[in-house]
Amino acid sequence: MIAAQLPALQVVVPLLGAPLCLLARKGNTAWALTLAISAVALLVATLLLGQVLAQGSVAYAFGGWAAPWGIEYRLDAVNAIVLLIVTGISTVVLLFAKTSVAHEIRPEQQVLFYTSWLLCLTGLLGITITGDAFNLFVFLEISSLSSYVLISLGSDRRALTAAYQYLIMGTIGATFILIGIGLLYMVTGTLNMADLAGRLPELTASRTVRTAFAFLTVGIGLKLALFPLHLWLPNAYAYAPSVVTAFLAATATKVAIYMLLRFMFSVFGAGFSFGAMPLPTLLVLLGAAAVLSASTVAIFQHNIKRMLAYSSVAQIGYMVLGMSLASSAGLTAAVLHLFNHALMKGGLFLALGCIAWRLGSVRLGDLAGLGYRMPWTMAAFVAGGLSLIGLPLTAGFISKWYLVLAALEQGWWPVVIVVVAGSLLAVVYIWRVIETAYFRDRGEPAPPVQEAPLSMLLPTWLLVGANVYFGIYTDLSVGVAGQAARVLLGTAP
Amino acid sequence: MSAAGLYNYWIVILLMMAGFYVVISSGNLVKKIVGLNLFQASVFILYISMGKVAGGSAPILREGVTQFSNPLPHVLILTAIVVGVATTALGLALVVRIREAYGTAEEDEIHQQDESL
Repeated sequence: MIAAQLPALQVVVPLLGAPLCLLARKGNTAWALTLAISAVALLVATLLLGQVLAQGSVAYAFGGWAAPWGIEYRLDAVNAIVLLIVTGISTVVLLFAKTSVAHEIRPEQQVLFYTSWLLCLTGLLGITITGDAFNLFVFLEISSLSSYVLISLGSDRRALTAAYQYLIMGTIGATFILIGIGLLYMVTGTLNMADLAGRLPELTASRTVRTAFAFLTVGIGLKLALFPLHLWLPNAYAYAPSVVTAFLAATATKVAIYMLLRFMFSVFGAGFSFGAMPLPTLLVLLGAAAVLSASTVAIFQHNIKRMLAYSSVAQIGYMVLGMSLASSAGLTAAVLHLFNHALMKGGLFLALGCIAWRLGSVRLGDLAGLGYRMPWTMAAFVAGGLSLIGLPLTAGFISKWYLVLAALEQGWWPVVIVVVAGSLLAVVYIWRVIETAYFRDRGEPAPPVQEAPLSMLLPTWLLVGANVYFGIYTDLSVGVAGQAARVLLGTAP
Repeated sequence: MSAAGLYNYWIVILLMMAGFYVVISSGNLVKKIVGLNLFQASVFILYISMGKVAGGSAPILREGVTQFSNPLPHVLILTAIVVGVATTALGLALVVRIREAYGTAEEDEIHQQDESL
């Protein structure tokens, strides 16, 4: 039965696709292959989500070796939704990529670009689906190494230094995670996450377990770009090729959030992470600082890609705030924002990709009067921007609404104030773009600019449309997020 | 266990801090990679040390041997070493490309050139 093999196929198909892609001679062939593989992965992820919603959880023993000894893939509502986000965003961005990549990346590098893309996809899916702590580290490094390559392919030479900086910080983060996993193995003698979760409660007084907890928190925090460990992110997103920014911004940090959720709630357990350890205080302070400081810095950016990168750091702050509440409502809000933010940032960065393709620049000053020359692209940017701010009828509103409700439930008024202040700051930086594009005249000696081609507009509007759809019809997203929250708190299978 | 019995772990901490310090303090991109390697090497030793069982022999099935060291951490760290090698290779490749683009591998000079744009 192929349905039983789906968890393995989710990772194996893109992994085998990568070397196959390398055999392609032309960029377009590699693109078609990558798109096909990504679409298959999306189909698998959809079927898996269906299985999870029907059965609660799905386990897969690799090579028939039973769980604590062999590597186990384990699916529940939390990672099934992340798998869907990663494969969905990858597929939509790839639809967009053909035109954009042909413009931004040299022909001889295009095949390698798509190969790295598939490896990155493999890594992200592997981290998400695996139930084995060491396996997670290996997939983390697969996705990290390939994302350094993807970022370094940007046309600006600063892409190289950005990739280098990310490599240094990312490797330190991954090594911290490796130390944490090693210390856990030292005291428990197991690497299987479910098994770890069973053995750790007796060992909460152990100093080794507490050290492991600290290493894992900081290591994942680095990959997550949690304030103040976010220094690699703005440059990496600003100078990477347009499609890479859209892909990584919508997926890589989401997978890191998932890692944090998985370790803090499923492996260590909410009682230890949020009771014995001072994690709630830490997360709420860092989350609030991320929202306020990154949103403020975003206002002063001249490069719009960089502005949205800082905004991503702020959005991560919202997810961390939701997580720090450690309640069913707070976790629902965090998972919901994870899903919605992927949609809004994906849409916004794709709209910027259209602008970069036509103008060759994403500097604020060059956008003057663009609202009338590229109406569809700018309309997409505005719609995505409204969702980022959190206006009603957009996806951004739903997740912020749930976050505010969750904070009120526990009487955490300062969190509500932070969420509202962050949204107001978002109004300011999105408005700067709108004002320039719609209310400022284009300079005199400007060459004519046309609307982006349909092959780029359609994927952009697909993501922007999803923002509106999930802003009105919330059954699927809220339902799955709610179930994910129950799984994390251990009140559902 | 006495402090001397934890000899391996003292080395781990020493290497880890030395590597970390080099990564942070050095302005040369190649030296940073060297620091990163030291840092990773300390973790390799941490894993290898934890697999040791007092009085255990190498984990090879042989007559007369009943106590073995744990081979699993060794296998795990073999994977991590491969990852480390790949990271080093990629890092050095990036340094080569950076030097081609900027004409230098010193962090402050690169920063200066970017600022002057």
